[in-house]
Amino acid sequence: MTATEVPPSPPGATRRDSARLDRVERPVGDRVSDRSWPTAAWVTALLVVTPIAFLATSILDPSTDVWRQQWETRLPGQLIETVVLLVGVAVGSLALGTSLAWLTAAHRFPGSRTFGWLLIAPLAMPSYVLGFVTLSVVGFTGPLQGWWRDQFGADAWFPPVRSMGGAIVVFSLVLYPYVYVLARAALRDQAGTAYETARSLGAGPVEAARRVVLPQLRPAIAAGVAVVMMETLTDFATVQYFGVDTISVGVFRIWRGTFDRDAASELATLVLLCALGIIGLERLLRGRARFGQAAGRGSGVAPRPLTGARAWAASLACVSVLGLSFGLPVAQLVAWAAKRASGDDGTPVLDRFLEFLWHSLQLATLTAIVCVVVAVVVTNARRFGRDGHQSSVGLAARLTAVGYAVPGPVVAIGVLLALVALDDALEAVGLGLPGVVATGSFLGLVYAYSVRFLAPALNAVEAGLEQVPDDVTASARSLGRRPHQVIGSIHLPLARTSLATAAVLVAVDALKELPIVLLLRPFGFETLSVWTYNLASESRFEQAALPALAIIAVALVPVALLSRRLENAGGGRG
Amino acid sequence: MATLAFASAACTGGGDDEVVRVYSGRHYDLETAFTQFSEETGISVEFRTGSDAELRELIEAEGDETEADVYLTVDAGNLAIGAEAGLFAPLESELLTDAIPAELRDPDNQWFGLTLRARTIVYNPDLVAADEVPTTYEELAEPEWEGRLCLRNSSNVYTQSLVASLIANHGEDRALEIVEGWANNAEILSNDVLILESIADGLCDAGITNHYYLARLLADDPDFGVELVWANQENRGVHVNISGGGVTRYADNPDLAQEFLEWLATDGQSAFVDGNHEYPANPSVEPEALIAEAFGTDFLRDDLSASTFGSLNAQAVLLMDSAGYR
Repeated sequence: MTATEVPPSPPGATRRDSARLDRVERPVGDRVSDRSWPTAAWVTALLVVTPIAFLATSILDPSTDVWRQQWETRLPGQLIETVVLLVGVAVGSLALGTSLAWLTAAHRFPGSRTFGWLLIAPLAMPSYVLGFVTLSVVGFTGPLQGWWRDQFGADAWFPPVRSMGGAIVVFSLVLYPYVYVLARAALRDQAGTAYETARSLGAGPVEAARRVVLPQLRPAIAAGVAVVMMETLTDFATVQYFGVDTISVGVFRIWRGTFDRDAASELATLVLLCALGIIGLERLLRGRARFGQAAGRGSGVAPRPLTGARAWAASLACVSVLGLSFGLPVAQLVAWAAKRASGDDGTPVLDRFLEFLWHSLQLATLTAIVCVVVAVVVTNARRFGRDGHQSSVGLAARLTAVGYAVPGPVVAIGVLLALVALDDALEAVGLGLPGVVATGSFLGLVYAYSVRFLAPALNAVEAGLEQVPDDVTASARSLGRRPHQVIGSIHLPLARTSLATAAVLVAVDALKELPIVLLLRPFGFETLSVWTYNLASESRFEQAALPALAIIAVALVPVALLSRRLENAGGGRG
Repeated sequence: MATLAFASAACTGGGDDEVVRVYSGRHYDLETAFTQFSEETGISVEFRTGSDAELRELIEAEGDETEADVYLTVDAGNLAIGAEAGLFAPLESELLTDAIPAELRDPDNQWFGLTLRARTIVYNPDLVAADEVPTTYEELAEPEWEGRLCLRNSSNVYTQSLVASLIANHGEDRALEIVEGWANNAEILSNDVLILESIADGLCDAGITNHYYLARLLADDPDFGVELVWANQENRGVHVNISGGGVTRYADNPDLAQEFLEWLATDGQSAFVDGNHEYPANPSVEPEALIAEAFGTDFLRDDLSASTFGSLNAQAVLLMDSAGYR
């Protein structure tokens, strides 16, 4: 019952960490250094908020004409569609994510172990890719409906694909892994003991799941659903494929169509408000309760074998979800890519493939590292900050997440304006930045990506560290451990799965990201997503198939690493 | 520190004077034309692609630090607004003013149209009888087309500039009526290829698209079942948008940039327009064979100046919202 019980894997960690803890140091008077934690949190928040504030200042001088006109015409409808879409996708991915996590983590059926990690794969599928593949295959002009009309006549009814329903299905299919991954990690890391205790006290499996496991999963599920809703909120490519009119579409339409950045910023504040609503909702879902595991690290739920028809039904459910969200679309992309490769106008930039790949990798890796390090610092600032700072640090932590709610191009232009202002300020004191830093630099790109993607890292890290009981932290501190030692020897090992999850979520987001890299990339710095976009934006879907496949393939690498982590973390319980 | 190394590595050619840097809202087949330019002149071309509006914001935000020598877009609206924001340097080039007709360039020669894209009426000949083939944009707003049209959404700049041209030609009230009629009659889709395929498959009978999307489909399948008709030939002519560009005010290499534009407007026209089946802006250059044969070269163009409908773009967006056109 001490903090020395760390994850059983990798082997050796237990012994090493407990040995380290045995060398108890005398408490030293390091209270003063605690101030550095809230400071770090606030500096981070400032770095995130500054670029957004640069654009938000336009709201101080509202251009009321467009604002009023939009309220009178399109905005009310957009608000309704946005809310319907968000709720639909939240419900869809919540249902898929938690039920699949429970099914694969707590049961054994044909292929259950394989499905356990395979079901994360759709994380590698950009929603805009699944969107255009779905429309071209199942949409009105696709082969499926063509066949349908041949069979049942030109006016035969077919469910409308290009619709709100279609959009909700596509988003849920690609976004459910955000819920699945976090729920599964939580099931693996902690829920087992409580579940088995409840069972031994006479609760049936369903009742035990509902009354004991589900409440414990709440922080993880809430974090996952929040990420899903943010992704949906700021999307503007996929929704347009499906003719769904959200506020984000409105922001782009006003910005690009009326050339009125101020009016667009005003609309963007509505997107921000929605995001704040999502964050509030997440707090609500997460609940007040905190579930530290008394035994340091809990064990996973022991899988119960399913038999007969139920076992096959479970396999079929996994196959269907995987097929629709990943297998079939990938097969279609492969078919298109093969058709193009055999045609005479193959993709001419094929020889630069390795270069694009390398650029994508650089960006994704660095962004993931920056985001996870910052997330660990910010999360721990809340623990180690002196009591008086708790609420202020909490606010800083919330602010660092705000970039996720801001559409990509807004972040990009904001970062640019901030860098140019910084450059001007430095020049005034004779320290001008080299041009490459001020505009179109790799540094600016990573900065913008970090502003945008801190939230998923923060959510995952927070959810992970919340499982570390406060009294373990307190014991270590009272034994004289400094905050960074507590992080290094207790928090990080205990929350390893969550940290890996955070890194993967960010890396995959960064690989798929589009608007920021389009705007801020240095000259000649092309990535896979830029390549895909240039073709897809011209409806050259067949040519876009190859780079789209490349994104999926590259994104699968971190996703596979995450899968392995999750499996290993589960130890022998499989 | 590794990041700084990446940054400087990516900024190749920083010390090289023989480089033109282009911000381009146009993506198709840039490389063919740019490579040819480099081969002929020894000047290398570096480019960054993106959406028109975002690149324009980028140039504005970068101010005198901008790396862009040339800004290329796919519609007149962004060129007009860029000129208003003072992003361009006016050019004194006889070569350019001779090559590009007056209505296809800025009155102060800040920007020049380089390619033409006609936005016109397309239809399925199996579903539309020969005597009821629509010939004007206005006609498509009539009740007999209810449920028979596929049109592009209002987020799209081609739709916006077409509506801007309606405002310029008819005034706001009549334009609103027409757009309301369209909204009532049409299924609104998100791209031109989808519109053409939907017409071919019979989801709708007719629609409005840019000519080169049909050319592209015809290049893949000569029997593709959609026909094109040049709109409004009895009155003002078919609406034509341009893609074009100008030299930025803070260009590092304004002379090379001008040379580059001059080449695109003359010797480079075919390399620049043919890959995308567009019509050359320079009237002395022949269009490629496919569009010349399938659509012809002899049609009446609405000579409304690109800078006029460009400046009406914002009004067009708000008008479509009022009309309930998504």
